[in-house]
Amino acid sequence: MSLKKRNYQYVGLLYVLPWVVGLLVFQFYPFLSSFYYSFTDFNMVSAPTFVGLDNYKKILTDDPGFLQALKVTTIYVLMAVPVKLAFALFIALILSAKLRGINFFRTMYYLPSILGGSVAISVLWRFLFMKDGVVNGMTGALGLPAVDWLGDPDIALYTLGMLSVWQFGSSMVLFLAGLKQIPGDLYEAGAIDGASKTRLFFTITVPLLTPIVLFNLIMQMVNAFQEFTGAFVITNGGPMKSTYLYALKLYEEAFTFFKMGYASALSWVLFVIIMIVTAIIFKSSTYWVHYEDGGKGK
Amino acid sequence: MTDARSGNKLLSYVLLVVLGFAMVYPLIWLVVSSFKTNADIFGSSSLFAGSYVTDSYAKGWAGTGQYGFKDFFLNTFVLVVPTVIFTIVSSVVVAYGFARFRFPLQTILFSLMMATLMLPDSTIMIPRYILFNKMGWLDTYLPFIVPAAFATSAFFVYMLIQFFRGLPRELDESAKIDGCNSFTILIRILLPLCKPAIFSVGIFQFIWTWNDFFNSIIYISSVKKFTVSLGLRMTLDASSAVSWNQVLAMSVVSIVPCIILFFMAQKYFVEGISTTGLKG
Repeated sequence: MSLKKRNYQYVGLLYVLPWVVGLLVFQFYPFLSSFYYSFTDFNMVSAPTFVGLDNYKKILTDDPGFLQALKVTTIYVLMAVPVKLAFALFIALILSAKLRGINFFRTMYYLPSILGGSVAISVLWRFLFMKDGVVNGMTGALGLPAVDWLGDPDIALYTLGMLSVWQFGSSMVLFLAGLKQIPGDLYEAGAIDGASKTRLFFTITVPLLTPIVLFNLIMQMVNAFQEFTGAFVITNGGPMKSTYLYALKLYEEAFTFFKMGYASALSWVLFVIIMIVTAIIFKSSTYWVHYEDGGKGK
Repeated sequence: MTDARSGNKLLSYVLLVVLGFAMVYPLIWLVVSSFKTNADIFGSSSLFAGSYVTDSYAKGWAGTGQYGFKDFFLNTFVLVVPTVIFTIVSSVVVAYGFARFRFPLQTILFSLMMATLMLPDSTIMIPRYILFNKMGWLDTYLPFIVPAAFATSAFFVYMLIQFFRGLPRELDESAKIDGCNSFTILIRILLPLCKPAIFSVGIFQFIWTWNDFFNSIIYISSVKKFTVSLGLRMTLDASSAVSWNQVLAMSVVSIVPCIILFFMAQKYFVEGISTTGLKG
């Protein structure tokens, strides 16, 4: 160990210094101070006043908006994330078969991921799913009844979910990269031993892809909990608060009412929820994620 | 090849084409409809209309108020370009530090960086806003540009660290023998080899910042400084029923820079995202 210490190259610290400063000022300090603000009443005009656990008490017992936002967000995450990943995996598997023109298809499927978060696409979604919009025009041509995609409180959230699923391309690219990494000789060995294609798929492909499933699952989950643009631009939380995602609630409290203390408490509740879900996924991963190198990573 | 196999392949192709078409159709509809009359935009399942107009672009571009999309575009470039450049420079330097040197606290710092990758933005957004307010940075582009100069996107730093690790250390050693110091090794030897990774970082950051809506709406309040996303939302809210095609036309225009970049630099996207994601 002492040998290692003597080998330190302190110039390395100099290179990472900008990041350390950025971490402290733009991430660590805000992180801690949002915890502090969450125990205060603060409107940005007068100084914050300490109110103890009042904000949290109010959130948990006396804020129907919070409960609605939590409910809507939970449904959104549970719906959008698995469907998106299933799509991504399914298409990646098809593309990984040695087909001609794979690059073309990969581009086509990836394009929505590039644009999906933009206001332009939210505008597009609003037009497509309006009552007399093109989607109803198409389903109508097939003889199906018109659906009020954005106006029906039972449906609007799923219409937003479709926007998220439409952007499955980035997860798909990760799955594709993972599939490429699986050594071909594993399949050859399996085939020599007489395993069927289905068998090879479930004993080689699926286990070796599980680390990427885990990574995608966590990243998509964290993002989905914080989804904002679509719900804000397309439906603005409506109809009847059926698309009132957590980020909208947070935005409203902080930047419409300037209740910074209360909003900070809300953001910490969300943080704790995300951490708990992440921890559960990680804990469960010991049962379903396969690490070829025994889990040492890198 | 057996019949079953080629049948499978055919099935795959049919599926890929049908689904791919469904994926891209909304974008095609967007472009075509931006040339339609308002009456044709609604209530028709057909992609094509009887007649087309071209003034939607000129009218939408000019806007209705004092500021139009020319201003919003310029603003967005003024915001995005420095953000991208600072992100690249700071992330390269920091990644080099992490990838090539052993220094005290390195493991802890690296784990901290990976932790920030998972830190939800919503948790730090309010104090950041308060901080930038105190500094007098509200309604400027500094809340975007300054943090970028401090390598605050762990995603990019991590991507570059992975890339540096893939470059042989012998390069550094021989350059050292030739009299390079650590900084000239980075600039003269490693940087030219990093081009693909740097492109990836730049392209991703460009598109993410370009499309960003949440931070724009929080930090920028005067119409004069509006970015394209904010301008587009304003147009959407302000539009009377007569000018829907203008809204669509400006939606098309607003995604054009990202689409051009995407097609020009496609391979960097895929490379970038795969190097990072895989080792996560």
